[in-house]
Amino acid sequence: MSTDRERIRQRVIQRRRRDRLFAFAGLAVMVVASLVLLSLIGQLVYEGMGRVSWQFLTSYPSRFASQAGILSAWIGTILVMLLTALTAIPLGLGAAIYLEEYAPKNWMTDLIEINITNLAGVPSIVYGLMALGLLVYEFHLGQSFLTAGLTLAMLILPMVIIATREALRAVPPQIREAAFALGATKWQTVRDHVVPYSMGGILTGMILALSRAVGETAPLITVGALSFIAFLPHPPLTVEFPFLSTQWLFDAFTVMPIQMFNWVSRPQEEFHTNAAAAGVILLVMTLAMNGLAITVRARYRRRIHW
Amino acid sequence: MNAEAVLKKAEAWRLSSRLFTHIKEKAIESLLLFAALTSVAITVGIVGVLVYESVGFFRHVSLWEFVTDRQWTPLFSEPHYGILPLISGTLVTTAVALGVAVPMGSLIAIYLSEYASRGVREAIKPALELLSAVPTVVYGYFALLFVTPALQKLWPALPGFNMLSAGLVIGIMIVPYVSSVSEDAMRAVPVHLREGAFALGATRMQTALRVVFPSALSGITAAYVLGISRAIGETMVVAIAAGMQPTLTWNPLEPAATMTAYIVQVSLGDLPHGSVGYQTIFATGLTLLVMTLVFNIAGHVLKKRYRHVY
Repeated sequence: MSTDRERIRQRVIQRRRRDRLFAFAGLAVMVVASLVLLSLIGQLVYEGMGRVSWQFLTSYPSRFASQAGILSAWIGTILVMLLTALTAIPLGLGAAIYLEEYAPKNWMTDLIEINITNLAGVPSIVYGLMALGLLVYEFHLGQSFLTAGLTLAMLILPMVIIATREALRAVPPQIREAAFALGATKWQTVRDHVVPYSMGGILTGMILALSRAVGETAPLITVGALSFIAFLPHPPLTVEFPFLSTQWLFDAFTVMPIQMFNWVSRPQEEFHTNAAAAGVILLVMTLAMNGLAITVRARYRRRIHW
Repeated sequence: MNAEAVLKKAEAWRLSSRLFTHIKEKAIESLLLFAALTSVAITVGIVGVLVYESVGFFRHVSLWEFVTDRQWTPLFSEPHYGILPLISGTLVTTAVALGVAVPMGSLIAIYLSEYASRGVREAIKPALELLSAVPTVVYGYFALLFVTPALQKLWPALPGFNMLSAGLVIGIMIVPYVSSVSEDAMRAVPVHLREGAFALGATRMQTALRVVFPSALSGITAAYVLGISRAIGETMVVAIAAGMQPTLTWNPLEPAATMTAYIVQVSLGDLPHGSVGYQTIFATGLTLLVMTLVFNIAGHVLKKRYRHVY
């Protein structure tokens, strides 16, 4: 009798020990993963930080590593992002509002929903191939800013739609019912109530999607980004009437990740240092956008209590 | 003006403004529907372009040669068009990546969902999200210039380009996807199942591994499939670190090209529009798309099969 008890006690102790060991393993894996990544980033910063300077930010790429810079790349990134945001945000917002608030339950809605889920799983380089065949050669947009902006917009559209729908869904139906009861039309309800109340989630989703687009390289290589661009696009603003110029849309482009890829794939050490420096700036850009998204989310979450 | 006329006018105005509102509502609804349909247009565009160019490709190359030839050298003077080397490269890097991401992602998910306190979870989740914010080209830099030299200290014979370090880095890269989706799935398992297990005297580990994990298997499968299709479609890491020579090999220590790396390599050059070389990237892209689709569908099927209804 007492030996049985002893055995059971032994077993309980053993299981507890195994349980603690397992918990420790989980924690250890997490710590190891973060440490590996932190050390990689640390090493990148260590290699690249010395190269980050005013000269680096204001020079064009060059055959000489020490004279090369990322001027055309960061300006290109900003302009491409502008186009991407201008295309993807209205389309994504519209599509999400339609699917969440308007769509009847029929085969067309089902088709659109299945389609968006599947699009989100398509590898980014496939979007590049589509843009190459369709935008570059079929629509004759060339290997231009416009092509790049539209390509990335198509790429992040499913992400924007999914995030926006989630945000809209979080608004309780009583809000809509109250608006309808007061005689508001559907659009008035959406515009004045549902969208403003879900703004936090919508903004977060959009910033995250754009930050994904900033780092996207593969589809832009496919549409033909050049990595040696020693000039700036035509200025979008002019001194003459109508003060806006669309010529830059058709200029050849490069962006930060493309420039970095070009430098990484060269054999010389000095260019690897340039790549590290470009990587540091790219990381700062995307991490800053992510930080912004987290802040926006936290702020709106605090303000709204249902 | 008498009172009747005023009333009539008011009625007419009310009707016309109502009509106007109605038209406006309908117009807005059509605009929104148009926005929703653009996503369908994108799919049509993707499939259309890939199929159209691939048809041009298969006019020159037989499907039989495409799937059975053991060499992929479309740009040589004596071209071979066998996709197998590109597929083997893709599968090897994906397998290495999964070897890292599945155990790590699952362990992290179990820890976060079953062991971690609320505070720890709130701190770790955004940090994991940040991991996925690092651009893939930066991961490629890590693989080529940090991970490969580190591995070469262990195996001095390891070539400068190899699938192992590319796969390892992709694995680290997809850990957050795997862990966050599996964690959501495990947290959706009702508390009373856990309470039942605890009441029977199970430890947390037994509860996690024998009750929660199997109950959440459908969601966890979805997480793995998400990871697989990410790894298959991953481009920059393999283009930078795995080398660009298409080689039919199953050895991760060797350099080899994946389907995505091949597309990048061709895009960097200057192939004339409409040539067979140009069409090869679309045929490769179509193969890639079909593979990710197959995995996604397999994921859905698995998810349905293991779905538990609470």
